[in-house]
Amino acid sequence: MTDTVTTPGSRRGPGVRRFTSLLRTAPKPVRTLVRYAGVVPFVAYVAVFLIVPMVAIVSGAFQNPNTGAFTLSNVNIALHGSYIEGFRQSIELSLIASVIPGIFGLLIAYAIYTARGRAGSFLRQVVITASGVFANFGGVPLAFLFIASLGSSALVTGWLSDIGLNIYNHGFSLYTMSGVALVYMYFQIPLMVLIILPALGGLRAAWREAAENLGARSWQYWRYVGSPVLLPTFLSCLMLLFGSALSAYATAEALTTGTIALTSIQIGTFLNGNVIAGQQNVGQALSLGMVLIIAILMIFYVLLQRRSAKWLR
Amino acid sequence: MATVAGQRATAPAPGAGARRRRRRSFPAWRWVVMIVAGLYFLLPLYAALRFAGISGFKDVFTTPGFLPSLWLSVRLAFVTWLITMVIMIPTTVYVHLRMPRLRRLLETVTILPIVIPPVVLILGVLQIAPLALRATAWMLALEYVVLAMPFAYRVLDAGLRSIEVKTLTEASNSLGAGGLTTLWRVLLPNMRTAVTSATILIVALVLGEFTMASLDLQQTFPVWIVLFDQENAQVSVAASIFALVVTWLFLMLITVIATRQSRRIGGGEVTIFAVAPRETIGN
Amino acid sequence: MTANAANETAASAQRRTGQATGVAGIAGTAGTREGTSVSLRDLTRAFGSTRALDQMSLDIAPGELVALLGPSGCGKTTALRIVAGFEYADSGAVLVDDLDVSGVPASRRDMGMVFQSYSLFPNMNALDNVAFGLRMRKVGGAGRRKRAAELLDMVGLSAQARQFPHQLSGGQQQRVALARALAIEPRVLLLDEPLSALDAKVRLQLREQIRTLQQRLGTTTLFVTHDQEEALSMADRVGVMKDGRLEQVADPSELYSRPATAFVAEFVGTMNRIPGELGTGVVTVLGVTVDVQPGGPTSGPVDALVRPENLTVAVAEGGNGIVTNRTFLGSTTRVAVLLSEDTEVLVDVSPAAAAAMTPGTAVQVALPPAPVLVAARAS
Repeated sequence: MTDTVTTPGSRRGPGVRRFTSLLRTAPKPVRTLVRYAGVVPFVAYVAVFLIVPMVAIVSGAFQNPNTGAFTLSNVNIALHGSYIEGFRQSIELSLIASVIPGIFGLLIAYAIYTARGRAGSFLRQVVITASGVFANFGGVPLAFLFIASLGSSALVTGWLSDIGLNIYNHGFSLYTMSGVALVYMYFQIPLMVLIILPALGGLRAAWREAAENLGARSWQYWRYVGSPVLLPTFLSCLMLLFGSALSAYATAEALTTGTIALTSIQIGTFLNGNVIAGQQNVGQALSLGMVLIIAILMIFYVLLQRRSAKWLR
Repeated sequence: MATVAGQRATAPAPGAGARRRRRRSFPAWRWVVMIVAGLYFLLPLYAALRFAGISGFKDVFTTPGFLPSLWLSVRLAFVTWLITMVIMIPTTVYVHLRMPRLRRLLETVTILPIVIPPVVLILGVLQIAPLALRATAWMLALEYVVLAMPFAYRVLDAGLRSIEVKTLTEASNSLGAGGLTTLWRVLLPNMRTAVTSATILIVALVLGEFTMASLDLQQTFPVWIVLFDQENAQVSVAASIFALVVTWLFLMLITVIATRQSRRIGGGEVTIFAVAPRETIGN
Repeated sequence: MTANAANETAASAQRRTGQATGVAGIAGTAGTREGTSVSLRDLTRAFGSTRALDQMSLDIAPGELVALLGPSGCGKTTALRIVAGFEYADSGAVLVDDLDVSGVPASRRDMGMVFQSYSLFPNMNALDNVAFGLRMRKVGGAGRRKRAAELLDMVGLSAQARQFPHQLSGGQQQRVALARALAIEPRVLLLDEPLSALDAKVRLQLREQIRTLQQRLGTTTLFVTHDQEEALSMADRVGVMKDGRLEQVADPSELYSRPATAFVAEFVGTMNRIPGELGTGVVTVLGVTVDVQPGGPTSGPVDALVRPENLTVAVAEGGNGIVTNRTFLGSTTRVAVLLSEDTEVLVDVSPAAAAAMTPGTAVQVALPPAPVLVAARAS
């Protein structure tokens, strides 16, 4: 079946073009397949470079490294001893390093979002670009920044001592859970700013003004309208932050090797450290565990995003 | 009912008492937040700068390993950028045009890289990658594309949402342009901001990525910084601050230029993720 | 002041206890309710170098609906927002019942505002949205839900009480917004282009509904719009604004038939511009000499401003014009005629008469001997 179409002077020449639209008469499954063809490159890439390594890990987690036979021993080892301790501490650290920067990041984002005028616009651009850069900053350089300022003989420590506040006497250390969390915030806060700003854009000025017009004070607006509307998004961003803290490797390695057991570091040792014979695949079991935790978080993330999208669109 | 507090107006007073500062225009808490944030972020930088000192910065460029590792990172960034753009732009446009329902699926898929931490990803990759590929740094670029995907997608998607993709494409087609021409001449020029932001994010990501590179034993810039720290901490710190500042300035420059361009065609300010709505002067 | 204040507090006490006897009970018929007067005195506001408002003054009588009409950028929304308390004026004052409210924050002005769009709180259903203002006034749960239900009923949306804004159409959302603004029994109702974002049919329905409600309640209302049809059909008086100033404030018919300036004449309705020669108090146009309405230029080249329905046209060999176009408008036909001086005019005639005026026909356009407005000639 052919269609005759008149096209006004296309490059190939004026007049009539004949389309042989086999496609129109093809059965529906074929048509659908062709439509999906457009996303094949993307899907293929993701499959090869993401899914396949992941499948390797999942299968490796249940394999005996020498015989290849199915075994649960890797998982078993991963759930005991220093490894379960690693999970526990990773989760604890990630909780601290997501809730606190979450709140602070929201405050900063709101502060710059509502700034007005040319100065406000400039402030916004500076903070957003800085956030984009700092969100990727980590590892040894970051650790060093903090050692140079809050280390035992460092700059800020010195200043605080001068005014009578010796933090080290109070048990502070960069190498404890709270110290590491403090360093984590350097990239967690910018990350929060970046991911919550678009949501703030969804808070319409008309809501604020309508509330004010109807007699609401600032806190009442936040209590009845602002917070309820923002809460799903805020929570979803916290999920993302948690996942980010859990996955952190470079910074953790710079600060904690040997002192605090963290799952990401433990996984790393299976690539570059001494591995106990027979336990080579435990790293993959650990990876599986980590991915499962984050996957659950991401499910909540997506659900919360959908919820807030209804309101903030 | 609220009581109206007011005075009996005897005559309209021009100026006197008529101007009321909006209590909301810059309240105290905002200052507190910004100052605390400023201290937290800038003090450590300052401390590090003092440590690095002039000598640190002087020697940075001449130190062995600095240039080769930086060059490697730059090349990796370029390749990552290229592959990401070539895959993501047509896909995002295609999905916007032909399969809007699939957008949700696409969003979910691009979250997957976030679910899989880099350390886990490199573990998996090193299990199965063929030796020939594993030996080169290009495998790293291929994986960096995966890391960049979530952010690239979000940015491109936001950019596409802010222009009427469907209408523009139909208009372009009705005037005789085919698919690729439309993409190149109509859609891409309008996505300049999104593409620019995505580029910057990719560059920042690659120049800062340590985990996968070090476990893959490739000496990219971040890896070199860490290795060199053993030798000369001052130079190492100077190098990382240098990278930080340069990326920041670069980003600022792009943002300012993009905002100026956007304002010229009637839009609002441009940030990494979106174009803000135009500020309207009262009606 | 004391008598007024006593009446105010009595009414407000009744409102506060939430014992709404139904809107009809309080309002009665239009005009019998104690209304509120609003005065804008010499409001001036500049944004950077742009003057949004320039010494604008307006008095609104109790129970009146005044529309502010003008093109975008003329300052009408700024004026409204200053009255509401969301913007401040650089100088000038807003008086409500002769009290200066310029220092009163927006949340305490007791005015109900309907925004252009998307102002309903997305996390609350329609009922809760309408009840919000009552909640702020500490009206108890049962009382405020009852009152909110009454108001939703007034706007015809009782069935949608439990629905959320994203489930409602644009027109429905604006009706809920209206109910929400009226629930608090405001002294003043402010509407910021509430119909602009809606499609034509819904707009017409809502126009009627707003006007009917407003008249029934007798609430003093300030209505901002750029649509002159809306303003003319709804308002008791219309204020036409341009560049931050009021060009004319008058009731719709006067605005239409006796525009004070050329801008008003051309903004409201359709207006023809025909070149003419000025004499002393008279102008010669289309071959006749008629009186000039005061207010225009007294020397120099001028155009006479005449409405299409005030011109006559007839088929005539050797007439002063040629028909170029005809537009059928239902009850009349608008005929476009090219006059010999290179001017095109529009004339309204009955469709029957227009039947003979096919494009190309020679016709004679004439001006009846009534006074006309003149304006400086447009080059």
